[in-house]
Amino acid sequence: MAKRDRMSGNEAVSYAIRQINPDVMPAFPITPSTEIPQMVSTYIANGQMDTEFIPVESEHSSMSATIGAEAAGARSLTATSSAGLALMWEELLLAASNRMPLALALVNRTLSGPININCDHTDGMGARDTGWIQIYSENNQEAYDNFVQAYPIAEHKDVHLPIMICQDGFITSHAVENIELLEDEEVKNFVGEYEPEEFLLNVGKPIAVGPYSVSNYAMEARKNQEIAMENARDVILEVAKEFEKLSGRKYGFFEEYRMEDADYVMVIIGSAAGTAKQAVDDLRAQGKKVGVLKLRVFRPFPAKEIAEALKNAKAVAIMDRCESYNANGGPLGMEVIAGLFRNKVMVETVNYIYGLAGRDFTVTDVYDIFGQLEDLVENGTEIEQFQYIGLRK
Amino acid sequence: MRTDVSKINEKSPHQDLTEGLMLFNAGTTKEFETGEWRTNTPVWKPDVCKQCLLCTPVCPDSSIPVVDSKRLNFDYDHCKGCGICAKACPFGAIEMKEGR
Amino acid sequence: MANTLEIRWHGRGGQGAKTAALLLADVAFKTGKYVQGFPEYGPERMGAPITAYNRISTDPIRVHSNIYTPELVVVVDETLLHAVDVTAGLKEDGAIIVNSPKPVEEIKPLLNGYKGRVYTLDARTISVKALGKYFPNSPMLAAAVAVSGVMPKDEFINEMQASYEHKFAKKPEVIEGNMNALKMTFEALGL
Repeated sequence: MAKRDRMSGNEAVSYAIRQINPDVMPAFPITPSTEIPQMVSTYIANGQMDTEFIPVESEHSSMSATIGAEAAGARSLTATSSAGLALMWEELLLAASNRMPLALALVNRTLSGPININCDHTDGMGARDTGWIQIYSENNQEAYDNFVQAYPIAEHKDVHLPIMICQDGFITSHAVENIELLEDEEVKNFVGEYEPEEFLLNVGKPIAVGPYSVSNYAMEARKNQEIAMENARDVILEVAKEFEKLSGRKYGFFEEYRMEDADYVMVIIGSAAGTAKQAVDDLRAQGKKVGVLKLRVFRPFPAKEIAEALKNAKAVAIMDRCESYNANGGPLGMEVIAGLFRNKVMVETVNYIYGLAGRDFTVTDVYDIFGQLEDLVENGTEIEQFQYIGLRK
Repeated sequence: MRTDVSKINEKSPHQDLTEGLMLFNAGTTKEFETGEWRTNTPVWKPDVCKQCLLCTPVCPDSSIPVVDSKRLNFDYDHCKGCGICAKACPFGAIEMKEGR
Repeated sequence: MANTLEIRWHGRGGQGAKTAALLLADVAFKTGKYVQGFPEYGPERMGAPITAYNRISTDPIRVHSNIYTPELVVVVDETLLHAVDVTAGLKEDGAIIVNSPKPVEEIKPLLNGYKGRVYTLDARTISVKALGKYFPNSPMLAAAVAVSGVMPKDEFINEMQASYEHKFAKKPEVIEGNMNALKMTFEALGL
């Protein structure tokens, strides 16, 4: 039976970790994810779970230890934000190439500079090409639900890849909101026991992890890793289907909100999607045909499905909470536009950069963006296809 | 599935490689005759050898087999001819010879 | 959003404005409402102005932005009136509560001509009387409930009793004082 409660996003993820009760959690604190290891270690101290908590001296070490524990045969995870994720950079690639199905609770925060502790997606997007599955959450409920689904996806035999469950720093991590929780027993059964076929501490069946590879092998290994990421597509959907049976809550690669007949669509990730939905309701009440495509799964990138969902739109606003400094657009903008082109869906697009380093993103901003799209299509008004919203100028 | 390294080589298609190039097996180096790389060869003189066994632990390739506390002749399938054993021998019982 | 009450809290780091906002979310949740309680974060410094927010609604809340046009503003430290534009965007049919021993007439001139309802509450006197120490957040929380009418007062009192019993399980001696602070606030405001 579902349990109604209220908690912050960090509390929700910690609660899920307690219910999953993984074997090992090495962690090093960094704002705004610090509360997660703090709350988990409190659960452990109170005897509510028996995870081996390893305090380490840096995020380089926390990810190394997580990989080591996972290779040894233990279900492992860690949590971090911002510069912590950046310090894990080398290990992130190793976790993926060594095919370790470990989990990371990422609480999105910008990276310096200027030095700032607030939310944007610079950290997560910076790790987009490290071979991790990346799932983003709109609110505490999704952070919780996504975390419960993490291991069944990562540990699936056709996948065996690390998974990053992301939520917006402070905006959801520190905001208390309503939530529906699953019973401990339900989560336990859903996630199941971790029973790897091969692992380092398997007496009598020795293995070698991460051997040097000459050029004759490395490219083939990369291709196999890429295939695993492609396989993750079906697995993510299968796990979502099972999760829906358990919770009644439906998940996919993305959520289509009031998209049926929408002429103008906003593609957006994370907490700002909620703000966009509210604005869409307001504009729909005025007769405007607008909708939101909230992307949940960024890796693997569901380009074909996005193109299919956007094919009847007249114009699309693609929202990036991250600057990529390619002088051409943000990471989501680039990937969505490439996906549209490859699938021969030729709709107008505008790539907006918003909400950097904690800049607030409001319902009014959403009205303005839909206004611009409408102006572009209805009046042929030329607008910059790559621009900042909410910028003083 | 345990890895059969004899079935993997530089011509193997990607489908035949192991996940993450992990080796689900041990002692697989035995199957590679790295002795083929040798350009200098240690020669053991059993009549000079005192069986002190100082040579065995310094061999990086475990190519000095020991049976019943006595060393045998080199495992030339895996000895790469580095010469460390010859340096370690206090009795001049190992001589380095050019070539294989 | 029509069914949503939006509240903005102004305090100084360390005074418990954020805690009060989270407590309000907590107690409103227990009465069956959808809630949000969140602080606006910067580099935290003791004494620096901080802002916290509440949304309380009969419908699910999806907006994740700060609050610019609140129905209610709660000022936990009177000295903020000189440093922060506390009535910015505050709705004319809304209200503001200022923690101050001064009468409303003396506070009004400091509110940039705000025309809505203005309340003052001497949270220091109440807190010192009830708790023996100055913790303004319990009285200010009760004031926010009384002025906003977000829930019936008796329901609030019952829920807070349970909340405090949970929160202060290891310090039961402070429960009664906190409860008295809430009740004294209701009496002082006469609402």
